[in-house]
Amino acid sequence: MVLKKENTFTELFATHDWQTVKSSIYSKTSRDVERALSASNRSLEDFKALISPAAAPYLEQMANLSQQLTQKRFGKVIQMYVPLYLSNECNNICTYCGFSYDNKVRRKTLSSIEIMEEVAVIKKMGYDHVLLVTGEANQSVHIDYFRKVLKLLKPHFSQISMEVQPLELAEYVELRTLGLNTVLVYQETYHQDYYKKHHPKGKKANFQYRLTTPDRLGRAGIHKMGLGVLIGLEDWRTDSFFTALHLSYLEKHYWQSKYSVSFPRLRPFSGGLAPKVTMSDRELVQLICAYRIFNEEVELSISTRETQIFRDHIIKLGITSMSAGSKTNPGGYAVEPQSLEQFEISDERTAAEIAQMITNQGYEAVWKDWDVNLATTH
Amino acid sequence: MLTIANRSFQSRLFTGTGKFSSPKEMEQALLASGTELVTVALKRVDLTNDQDDILQHLKHPQFHLLPNTSGVRNAKEAIFAAQMAREALETDWIKLEIHPDPKYLMPDPIETLKATEELAKLGFVVLPYIHADPVLCKRLEEVGTAAVMPLGSPIGSNKGLKTIDFLEIIIDQSRVPVVIDAGIGSPAAAARAIEIGADAVLVNTAIAVAGDPIKMATAFKLAVEAGRMAFEAKLAAVGNFAEASSPLTTFLT
Repeated sequence: MVLKKENTFTELFATHDWQTVKSSIYSKTSRDVERALSASNRSLEDFKALISPAAAPYLEQMANLSQQLTQKRFGKVIQMYVPLYLSNECNNICTYCGFSYDNKVRRKTLSSIEIMEEVAVIKKMGYDHVLLVTGEANQSVHIDYFRKVLKLLKPHFSQISMEVQPLELAEYVELRTLGLNTVLVYQETYHQDYYKKHHPKGKKANFQYRLTTPDRLGRAGIHKMGLGVLIGLEDWRTDSFFTALHLSYLEKHYWQSKYSVSFPRLRPFSGGLAPKVTMSDRELVQLICAYRIFNEEVELSISTRETQIFRDHIIKLGITSMSAGSKTNPGGYAVEPQSLEQFEISDERTAAEIAQMITNQGYEAVWKDWDVNLATTH
Repeated sequence: MLTIANRSFQSRLFTGTGKFSSPKEMEQALLASGTELVTVALKRVDLTNDQDDILQHLKHPQFHLLPNTSGVRNAKEAIFAAQMAREALETDWIKLEIHPDPKYLMPDPIETLKATEELAKLGFVVLPYIHADPVLCKRLEEVGTAAVMPLGSPIGSNKGLKTIDFLEIIIDQSRVPVVIDAGIGSPAAAARAIEIGADAVLVNTAIAVAGDPIKMATAFKLAVEAGRMAFEAKLAAVGNFAEASSPLTTFLT
């Protein structure tokens, strides 16, 4: 593959000043919200209105519209996925993460045999879509390791996603040919200065490299990529605008890729940072509905960070995929169930219980919606 | 009666299987619709499991399966998927869906033409999902397509027959059955499609996402039947002109 020097999101990003965006969001009025709700195609300005404080009184209307649009596009189904933590080794210091380099926990990277023990448990839970998660430890969890893991897992799953450190373009191309379907890479925050404060050490400290990762994913032809920010670090409205801006840019440039957005709210872990900014449940519903109304096609995902009652209600309001029965420690399913987690989960129900809850709400839990055999050309 | 390849259909309503709230509800809606051709996304079914939940609920003698290639992005992937379907589901029928664009799911005409030609040579009964493009329809005919499936409007949009002017040309020209495939959001739009001479329609979202999918399936069944009756009865011409009060041609005795 010959690569010419191309533009990245960096250029567009540079034309948007954080403070200006923030004041623009906070100065939206009910008239802007009403215009956004009644428009047939919504712009980024409409998205600002929908996530603004001015939209709060319109929540019920937004929820109705979001439900309608989601059902039209995705049907009455929720896709099920499960994270598989492979390693908690990490060279980065991140102020909010249980795997941070300066956090004194026992480090572990699963061997092939251990991975297969974990896989056996996950498969029994009914899963066919798996999300591989690691820290960033370039000495032990590198491209060779990922290569090995994908070869090991491909026969067992219909869809394999990854949430690991940003990689090089050629590495993404290679991993795609080995069965990698989706890559999640969250910017954490689009506020450049605060990003540096939250990531003082390690390769992750490089804001620009992370920011341009979705461009590399798009060029590598990765089928689906996931965006998001860690809610609790900075003003969530402004960060969400930048996520939407990024999404719109990517959709235009990499029109053959699919996109998903997540909204992880900062959860406590042992010794970690308390959220600087809190987001209420009501605000999270507003954000989810705003994404759906802004973009009818984007997948929206919710994890076990959220509480049982919140998850039960949110599936009808715009969400398209969810995890259940998750463990956030390497070996958590079978090998070392007691080891330290990346963050505490809130909803501890099993996958079967979640599936039943989904059924009770008149939706179907979908375990398989891809087939590795469909992507034979690379 | 409608015939595609070597199979005849009483019902001109083809259906999809996605977006339902449960396989059971899907089954009941499809039974109510009277459909005889049901399309199934290969990516959704587990071909290695003969207890697959979707397939289990489609085991009725009147349902013929039409596997579709949704998710593939080019001809090569589509051909591979069709072969996989033929082996696992024991059918030569394939609904070709090649949409490299996952946002609007627009069909790729170039890859679709290539794949149709190749699959027809391999003995498949090919039903390609395409834009309402009359020239593409003729080209597909030349390479051995069994039918053409032009869209009424973007898939899943429920916007109805936005492409009607082009559909009319396609219907007028076609030597193979024309099935209007996407965007049919209401029984009225289905009836209209059949009235103007489409051989069949394929409906999924409008049934699956309706408040009462079973009742809506019945409504579509009746609409398609009414549309066909109207087509056969020959619609009265729509009067575009009032009769001039002072005739212009009376001097021609």
